[in-house]
Amino acid sequence: MNRRIFLKGTALCATGFGLLKSVVAMALEWPKTLFELEDEAEAVKTLFGDTPISESADVAIKAPLQAENGAVVPIKVHTTLADAESISIMVEKNPSPFITTVNLRPGSSGGMYSARIKMGQTSNVTAYVKAGGKVHTASQEIKVTVGGCGG
Amino acid sequence: MAFVTKMKIKKGGDGHDVLCLVKHPMETGLRKDKKTGKVIPAHFIEVMAFQLNGTTVAEALLGQGVSMNPLIGINVIGAKSGDKITVSWNDNMGETGAAEATVK
Repeated sequence: MNRRIFLKGTALCATGFGLLKSVVAMALEWPKTLFELEDEAEAVKTLFGDTPISESADVAIKAPLQAENGAVVPIKVHTTLADAESISIMVEKNPSPFITTVNLRPGSSGGMYSARIKMGQTSNVTAYVKAGGKVHTASQEIKVTVGGCGG
Repeated sequence: MAFVTKMKIKKGGDGHDVLCLVKHPMETGLRKDKKTGKVIPAHFIEVMAFQLNGTTVAEALLGQGVSMNPLIGINVIGAKSGDKITVSWNDNMGETGAAEATVK
């Protein structure tokens, strides 16, 4: 992900709510290639580069152990790391594992992110929290009885 | 086409939990119409930005993997009573939406 584009977007966003709609669309570039990658390891590399990644007890995923409907799986990620810069969610066995990410502003946004995601089949779901030059992860297997990617 | 955008603020964590719900199809571009057999074109929210009194506090990047009618939640620290929290989003077809709420 291009950090420069992000920072540029942030500066522009501050110009006000009325302008915001069009500004967001232009300034914040959506990382198309990242969302199209078919391999989780590749997506992680694209997103975090060479940043060291380790499992951490400071990151917790709150999600069902078994999802009856893969089209709507509620995921909530909590972290106690105070300087969390971003929280990302990946589903290993989805056609494109990279689901979503949120960029936080340490100090003004806390370590929580929740979203409802689609899952094609039973898979590991991993949360990646970037904080203090490191990436902290936690993962959980979610069993899916009906997939949500084919329809 | 207009999409309903709703926002809810409640106390949680160290500050306030902000939940945003958008009535949006979030099409992956992989699904086929059962009657016609044609692929339904992808249509999903790409960026969702949260602001506290005009300053961006979080930006979420969404994709095809997020469910229909996405419910996105973040935590905002330092919001006081009377502060305004706004959310705005845009999708891959150029549609936009926004909502605003006041912290109680």
